[in-house]
Parts: sequence; C-alpha cells; structure tokens
Amino acid sequence: MKVSYFPGCTLKNKAKQLDVYARRCAEVLGITLEEIEAWQCCGGVFTTANDEVATKLSSVRALQAAQEKDQALVTVCSACHNVIKQTNHAMQTNASFADKVNRYNDTPYDGSTAVYHYLEMLRDLVGVDKIKEKVVNPLKGEKIAAYYGCLLLRPNSVMRMDDPENPSIMEDIIRAIGGTPVIYPYRNECCGGYVVMESPEFAKKKSNAVTESAASFGASRMVTACPLCKYNLEKNAPAVPVVYFTELLAEALGVKEDANA
Amino acid sequence: MQRIGVFVCWCGSNIAGTVDVQAVSDALKNEPGVVFSANYQYMCSQAGQNLIKEAIAEHRLTGIVVCSCSPRMHEATFRKTAAAAGINPYMVEIANIREQCSWVHKDMLTGTEKAIILGKAAVAKVNLNTPLTPGESPVTKRALVIGGGIAGIQTALDIADAGFPVDIVETKPTIGGKMAQLDKTFPTLDCAACILTPKMVDVAQNENIRIFSYSEVTAVKGFVGNFDVTIKKKARYVNEDVCTGCGACVEKCPMKKVPNEFNLNMDNRTAIYIPFAQAVPKVATIDPMHCNMLKNGKCGVCSKVCAAGAIDYKQQDQYIEEKYGAIVVATGFNPISMDKFDEYAYNQSKDVITSLEFERLTNAAGPTAGKLLRPSDHKHPHTIVFVQCVGSRCSACAEKGKEYCSKICCMYTAKHAMLTRDKYPDTEVYVFYIDVRTPGKNFDEFYRRAVEEYGVHYIKGMVGKVSPEGDKLKVQASDLLNNKQLHIDADLVVLAAAIEPDKSARPLATMLTASMDTNDFFTEAHPKLRPVESPTAGVFLSGACQGPKDIPETVSQASAAASKVISLLVKDKLTGNPCVASSDELMCNGCSSCERVCPYGAITYVDKEFRMPNRTIAIRRVAQVNPAVCQGCGACTVACPSGAMDLKGFANNQIVAEVDAICK
Repeated sequence: MKVSYFPGCTLKNKAKQLDVYARRCAEVLGITLEEIEAWQCCGGVFTTANDEVATKLSSVRALQAAQEKDQALVTVCSACHNVIKQTNHAMQTNASFADKVNRYNDTPYDGSTAVYHYLEMLRDLVGVDKIKEKVVNPLKGEKIAAYYGCLLLRPNSVMRMDDPENPSIMEDIIRAIGGTPVIYPYRNECCGGYVVMESPEFAKKKSNAVTESAASFGASRMVTACPLCKYNLEKNAPAVPVVYFTELLAEALGVKEDANA
Repeated sequence: MQRIGVFVCWCGSNIAGTVDVQAVSDALKNEPGVVFSANYQYMCSQAGQNLIKEAIAEHRLTGIVVCSCSPRMHEATFRKTAAAAGINPYMVEIANIREQCSWVHKDMLTGTEKAIILGKAAVAKVNLNTPLTPGESPVTKRALVIGGGIAGIQTALDIADAGFPVDIVETKPTIGGKMAQLDKTFPTLDCAACILTPKMVDVAQNENIRIFSYSEVTAVKGFVGNFDVTIKKKARYVNEDVCTGCGACVEKCPMKKVPNEFNLNMDNRTAIYIPFAQAVPKVATIDPMHCNMLKNGKCGVCSKVCAAGAIDYKQQDQYIEEKYGAIVVATGFNPISMDKFDEYAYNQSKDVITSLEFERLTNAAGPTAGKLLRPSDHKHPHTIVFVQCVGSRCSACAEKGKEYCSKICCMYTAKHAMLTRDKYPDTEVYVFYIDVRTPGKNFDEFYRRAVEEYGVHYIKGMVGKVSPEGDKLKVQASDLLNNKQLHIDADLVVLAAAIEPDKSARPLATMLTASMDTNDFFTEAHPKLRPVESPTAGVFLSGACQGPKDIPETVSQASAAASKVISLLVKDKLTGNPCVASSDELMCNGCSSCERVCPYGAITYVDKEFRMPNRTIAIRRVAQVNPAVCQGCGACTVACPSGAMDLKGFANNQIVAEVDAICK
C-alpha cells in the first residue's frame, strides 16, 4: 500500500530519528511512504484567527498533492498532523475560508484527502495484529510510558483519533510489541510547549510534572510523537529517557540501526 | 358566491413592523368574493373581535379571513367570534403572516408581498369552504398515569381525590421513582422518605387507584376521551395478590451477588428482591436474569420458604387492555452516563461518584447505612470535591453532554456540601461551578448558608482533570476569580451529572403521537400558556418528562396536570373535530390503500349494493371512515389512487385553490 508522506521541517534536522524509523517500520509493515515533492512547512501552528489564510496555504498544497495521487496523507509529527488535519477540516466545513484559500490555488481543493497520523495508520491501515506478527525483538514487558501531550488528540471534534481524556492508541501498540504500558495521569498534559521560549521556568514545571508522574509509576522509558515534547521533557526534566515511538517500534521490528548511517 | 371579510392584524409591531398592513388590506379588497377589508392593531382583543362581529352583521359576510398569528395561537378565538356573530366557525381561515412572514423577514417590501400572497391563498380557500358541524364522542371516565415517581403519584392522588378512577403504570417493581432514592430534600432538608412514603401508602390505599407495577404500556390507540391502551404486566414470578411482603424469600435466597440497582450497584441484592423496605406494592419480584431456578431449574428455595405460597415460577407476561379518557405522561429522568467524561475518571476510580450515588451513600437505608464512607476502601473521606455542570450547559461538547441546564444540580450540590460539613466538620468541601443558579423560594438563602455558615469552599471554575494516584484523587482545576490553577488531593469526587429524559419516553411518544424536542423532552402545547398539556389532545405532561424540574416544581405541575385531566373527565361528551376524512363511495375502488396508511384505524371496508345501468345491482367493496376515530391527518387522501378520499375543511380542491393563488 502506498501513501503520501509529509515529514515536516523538524524531521529533517532535530528529529531525524522520528522520520528515519517511521520509514523503516512502514516498509516492514508493508506500507510505502512516498514523500510529497517540494513540500513546505505545515505552517507550524494552526492559527485560530478566522481571517488568517496565508499560514495555512502550504498545508493545503500538501493535501492537494496527496489528492492528485489519490492517496491518503500520512504525517508523523504531532504538530504537523494537527495543523494539516485542522486545515483539511476547515476546507470541508468553513465555506468562506475554503473560498479564500481557493483563490490562491490553480485548481480548487475540497478537503477530501484522508489525513492519518502515523499512529492512526498503524492502528487503522496496518492493524495491531499485523504489528504483533512482525515483532522480532519483543520488549519483554519493559514498562513504557506513552506521552500524548496536548496537540496529538485535540481538538477531538477535528482529530477524531482517540479519546483525548483516556487514550489507548499508543498503549495498544506498546502492548503489541511486547511492552507494558504505564497508565499515568499526566500522559495527556502539556509539556510547556512553545512557552519554553518565553518562560523556561514554566516549561520546566510542566515537564517535571509529566516525567515525575511517569517515573512514579515505574516507567523506564517514555515515548512521544512530538519533537517539541521530546525537547522539553529531555531538557527540563530528564528523570526518564524519552524516545520517539517510531524508534521503539523499530527496535521491536528489528530495523533499528544507526539512523544517521 | 361567498361574501368574504378580510381582517389584517398588526399584532402591535410584531406584524406591522415588517408588513405594511394597510397595503395588505387594500390589496386583498380586490380578491374575488371579498366585500370588506380592514386592519386593526390587535384583532384578538375585545375591540378587534367586535370589529369582526360588526362587519359580519353589516356586510352580511359568509366567511372571514384573519391575517394574523399562527392558527395554533388564535384560530379557536376567531372561530368563536364568528360563531357568536352567527356564521359557521369553519368558515374562518387564518393566514399566518406573523410566524411565517413578519418574524422571518426583515425587509418591509418582501414581507408585505408575502403577506398579500398568504392572504390571497386564504381567500381562495374560504371561497370553497362549506359549513361543518362537529360530532360528539363520549368520555371514558378513567385516567392513565404512566410513571410512578413523585409526579405520577401526585397526579394520580389528585385525580382520584376528585372521584375518578386512575391507573398507574410503573416499569419498576415499586412506585416511588427517583425521590425514593434521595436522602434529604432542599431547601427545608426534610427526609425524602418521610414525605414520600406516606404518599405511596395513600396511593396503595386509595380505592380509586390501581397500581400496575413492573409493567409497561405497549400500545395506545384511539383519541381524547377514548384511548384503548395495552399494558404489559411483566412476569414477576410472584403472585402479587398472595405475597405478604414478609421478606422470608429474600433472606433465604442463595443468589446474593446481584448488583442492586436501587443503590446504583454500590452493593448487592438477592435474585428475589423487594427494592426497599417501604416499597409499594410491597411484594417480592424474581429477577429472571439471576435466578437459578428460572435459569436452570435448580434451587426453588424461595418457593419452599414462602408461607403464603406466592411463588410461581411458571408465571407469564400478561397483557391487559383498558380504556381511558385521558393519559398523563410522568416518565421522569435519569442522570446521563459518565462513560464519555474520562477527564473526571469516573470509570477509573470507585471514589469518583455521581450525585445520585452520593445520595445513596448518605441515606440511612443506603449501602453504608448513612455513613459517608468512600466506596473503594470504606474510609471516611476528609476532602471532597463536588463538580457541577458535568454534561450540562455543554454546548461545545454536544456529543457527550447536553446543551441545557439541568436545573436541580446547584441546589442538591449545596445540600450535599452543607450536610457533609454539618455531619463531618473535619471534612473540607469544595464545590466547582460555572454559575450558581438558585432561583426558587428560599433557594438562594440555602446556598448562602452553605457558604457562610458551613464554610463550603465555592470556587468559580471547572475541574479539568481528576486522576487517581495512590489512594488520592488528584484534582486539577482553575479558580477563575483568583486566576489560579488549583491542585487538590481529594478523597472523594462527586459529579453533578446532567439529567436526561428516561429512555422509555421516545417509544412512548411515538405510541401517543405526542411531540418531543431535540433532547427527547415532551413538548408542551404552549410553553407559557398550556405548559402541562401535550399538543396531542387528551395527553398531559407531569414532571421531568417535560423538562428538568425539582420536587416542588414537579409536584405543582403534577397537580396542574391532574386538574386538566379532571376538567376533561367531568365532561360527558366531547365535541369532535369535523375536519375528518370521508370517502366518495362512487369513486372508491376498494383497494385498501387508505386503510393501510391510517395511523388511527379509523377506516374499515364494507360490501355495499350499488344500482348499476340497466337496473342491475352490483356489490362493491368500499371504504368507510369512522369520524369519531379519524384525527384528520390526511394521510388517506394522499394515498387514495382514485381521488375518492377527501378531507373536510382541507379538501383537495381547497388546497389546489390555495396553491393556485400563491402561484398566480
């Protein structure tokens, strides 16, 4: 199965592991990620200002590129996924926004591309059972704390990915690769996000609460899908090692070699 | 040829603000048959009605058109006016130029144009109207009350008190409803059981009242004054007439691990059970899902210990047919499910409970005998957090909650908080709220007492998250007035869950052809002026089935519904609706299409002799409408392929004339 793939800027420098392992795991699981040609930044944040169109145009371009190939669009970065899915939803439901956007487009876009986060792809297109089959190095019960952060599942009315208050998508995958998921209360709290630029103290407080909570439940590693979460948790609260969930998956599927090689 | 008068109402500025009423009355003056046209500020007022009466006399009018509000509002008024002036009330037509015109348009030009068109259509119809005379039907002097909570109990007692027989149908094994589960009642703090159970006893002892407990209504036919109702009496495997309610069977039943729904599954009951000590009727019921004897024929202990010989494992569901003149819906409410509110961890911790569960925990007859102990470890909680509006006023989360205010939660939460502080002064109590809404006699004073005398911490803001950690519940919340994030380590969290109509309400509404709103609350005939009647004649509303209500309000509405029922039942005959279907036998081909679509069973077929050419006689099968049963819905007129079926007052040629007038 072939899908269009939008890696996003951070995955090309700071978060290379997230990208490289995502590609390797997808191959093992029978999915080919076809990187969209000449993609641009997703826009970084989905601005809630209704009249802001410019920052959303690049997301629409990516969605349109997938539509032209009649493929689903897969992203793996929490932030890119959030922006692209919200933009797609706005194209479907907000006529005046869609109209404005389409004035910049050569051909109008109708919001019909299916957008998947890589985790959704694993659950809905691959299936947890298939992942289980492909595991060569099971995690042997290692206690893994999945960290969702705030962007991955919210707003639920648009993301439609999992219950934002009591999610299970990462836990199900952790179980499939032989780990023991740790259910801790802070797994869907904010890490401090971009506030780290303005108030490092605040980010430290938020991140600490997350990692300490995970540690108190006995987690030996944490996994995340978001480069900013990983940055904040590692920098501000290094109580538990944090890896991208794709790295953990690659480990279990036996394709974890040096990402930079 | 008719002599028609047109009367255009301003409705103050309601119509005249967007419709040029003078232009409308001028334009309609020239329509065929119109001999008089006028406009007036309030046509429904005494002066307006006099204007109509005088015009009828002076201009010898044979029909009138009133361009005003919806016919639902004042059709009856103007029909009476016409009748008083000596013309047949069915020669009156209303052109709705308010709800369907002035209220929905902003522009005077379009509004006026549309009002004229609507007026023309009404004139075209009146030209074809014929005088109609309503028939009469008898009234069955017995009322049915569906639901045996406090609403149904009060309604039944009041109707019975006026001397009419009443039947209560209750799905549970006992009457009493939600009120029977409550501990104390606000704002006077009298114990719910102390004021409810005497009323339940009154019901049981009243010779005018029959209770069908553990029963449900399965079919309703007929119409106001003449309802035919089928009641399913579910098999309870105990002979009600013989059982003395001694409880020996309950004591000996070996199946003791059945979740006790009366205590909201916080403890267990036996497979044969009496819901609570004051149950009415006080008879046992066997739960067939959990009884070993019924499931696999092994046990029979209850039968052995029953001195009265009341146990009957072979009992079957029983269907009872009964006639009623009036039906009162009192199906009540339930708290919504907390399954979708994972942020409050209801499914993750036993110590996150709903307010109704809290009632049982503080009730002397509850699972902890009234001691406030938390469900997980039966320890006394020292910090309790109450969260209000869980699922209420939830416009942003319509898929899991309700948009409306559940109305009762502010008061019962204040009660819970106050009673907790009163009994356990060592317990810190927090209440998180969006707004505290306490309109009602002595309500705000009650809430102020909770804050000022009992030191309950009321915090404006919502709880964002409850997370179980160890034996604590970590509560994250915002304090909006201090602009602070709060973290509270609580022992018990109590959720004021929104309330919704009982699930049985929707199928019942279908059976009764009574309308509901988008939240499945029954709709009243008029939100202000007819609040206890359903738009379906003969169906009345009592209690929370119509909207969230506390006990004082429920009881008031229950008595109001009863008085409406009584004023219906005292009548010997009811004037029917003359706008019923009738079939032209010469055109009817006996195809049965109309019979199949008739929702009221008003159409039957008869074989009739017809004289044919050359002195022959043919027997043909033709449709006949029972005018007493027909509700005038018109379904048959649309279904009839030969055009034989027509509806009086809404005849096919009248409707076509209206459409022609609109399209001209």
